Amino acid sequence: MRIYALAVYVFLYLPIGIIALFSFSAGRSASQMQGFSTQWYAKALSNPFVIDALKTSATVALISAILASVFGTMAALALSGMKGRVRVLFDALIYIAVMIPGIVIGIATLIALVTVFDAVNPWLEAATGWRLSMGHGSLIAAHVLFTMSLVIIIVRARIEGMDRALIEASSDLGAGPLATFWQVTLPMLAPAIMAGFLLSFTFSFDDFIIAFFVAGSETTLPIYIFSSIRRGVTPEINAIGTMVMGASLMLLVIAQLTLRRGKAPGH
Amino acid sequence: MTKARARWLLLGPAGLWYAALLVLPLAVVLVYSLGERAPAGGYAPALTLAQYANLGSRWTAFQNTLVLAPVGTLAALLIAYPLAYFLAVKSNPRWRTALLVLVIVPFWTSILIRSYAWIFLLGGRGIPALLADLGLGDIRLINTPFAVLVGIVYGYLPLMVFPIYVSLERLDKRLLEASSDLGAPPWRSFLQVTLPLSLPGVATGSMLVFILLMGEYLIPQMLGGGKVFFVGNALVDLFLQSRNWAFGSAMAVTLVAVMLVTVTLYMRFLSRIGAARDDVGLM
Repeated sequence: MRIYALAVYVFLYLPIGIIALFSFSAGRSASQMQGFSTQWYAKALSNPFVIDALKTSATVALISAILASVFGTMAALALSGMKGRVRVLFDALIYIAVMIPGIVIGIATLIALVTVFDAVNPWLEAATGWRLSMGHGSLIAAHVLFTMSLVIIIVRARIEGMDRALIEASSDLGAGPLATFWQVTLPMLAPAIMAGFLLSFTFSFDDFIIAFFVAGSETTLPIYIFSSIRRGVTPEINAIGTMVMGASLMLLVIAQLTLRRGKAPGH
Repeated sequence: MTKARARWLLLGPAGLWYAALLVLPLAVVLVYSLGERAPAGGYAPALTLAQYANLGSRWTAFQNTLVLAPVGTLAALLIAYPLAYFLAVKSNPRWRTALLVLVIVPFWTSILIRSYAWIFLLGGRGIPALLADLGLGDIRLINTPFAVLVGIVYGYLPLMVFPIYVSLERLDKRLLEASSDLGAPPWRSFLQVTLPLSLPGVATGSMLVFILLMGEYLIPQMLGGGKVFFVGNALVDLFLQSRNWAFGSAMAVTLVAVMLVTVTLYMRFLSRIGAARDDVGLM
């Protein structure tokens, strides 16, 4: 049983480990380990295409994670303890947003936005000289749809597990609803919101399939990696891949720690 | 400000997002699926079922998806169950959480790079070269259904382990004691107590993996090399290369419909064999 478990862990981590190992190769070949060097990291980080893609991905992930956390938390607060048709409607929407394949979301967003833009642009251009097009905005909008739903689910679970007595105590002690919210409710929800934020950031940063459809002429890091892989496997991709994995791992560790701290008794 | 009004303000942004970026786009797909391809690509208004009638021309993609998604789910289940059992029952409680986190972590890192790792391993100079050195001759692994299956199991194993672990961990250990006190050998206790009680976890895990696999694009693209084509690959081709939006929309609608039907049938089957649905989240 133990040996089996060990074998599965090897299966899970060996491929990632090999990529990380080969990214330190000094040779030009991606599939042979020759010596040790960090030259491919230097090369990747001085490649303007990589830096541009990284900037796009980081900007989009940051903005969409912020919007998702704020809107998601707001919705979770409103939906907690709510009954009736609105609640049922939102539950259904959240469920659909999480369950529909990313590829369908990507396609649907692409054709809907292109249609709307085509209809609005002539009028808008005449009035302001501006045109709407696919890019940062559509990427953020599409990512927020999924990540906001994720935040609602996480924060709502936290609200349901929350000790209501504290809120009652706060209002018994004469605090107004806003003071209670800032001083009691929000601090208690903070770990869940933070975890939701970090998961949203990770999702947006790693997403390929939705971005593939709605990024327009922008290139995110996953899109850059995907198109480089098509041109062949190189040690530079190994280095970029290792960095991306490292960044996700770091965010996950932080997310886990914040959630854990939030669950500790007496906190 | 009244409480009801505050509630509407709080729901506003989320409601707007769902209306503009979920309901509207899905409605557009539905409408476009009844249209025609414009001569220059894109969409031309029409009201016809011609696109649906033409779905047969992409039958291979549906066939591959409907074979490899269940087979991949089953493979992931068979590999995940013993691991979940080990984690929940046999592992040292002190290390349990850490070991579980180690299983889940890969799921939250880039699937693109994890699939890329297998291009590397299954490609000509990876495992096949090792096998050739061992005298096993010329074996081709990359761009085969096998490679796609490996990628599927690798990508979705964590998602399968977690719900099964949760249902096994909740299992009341006294039931197993009772079973063994009544003279049942361990294998019998497993088959008659542990396994049935872990079915909700099995059901949740299988459903999550199956749903994600139905819309898969990256794994067949990268490890199947265009030879093992899923519906997702056909969709990318239709929208980004041949720009046939009407036909692509019909295919997307059909994919979602097939997904809904399969999941409903599966749920009905489960409730018949008595495994109630379990509310296990993604993490």
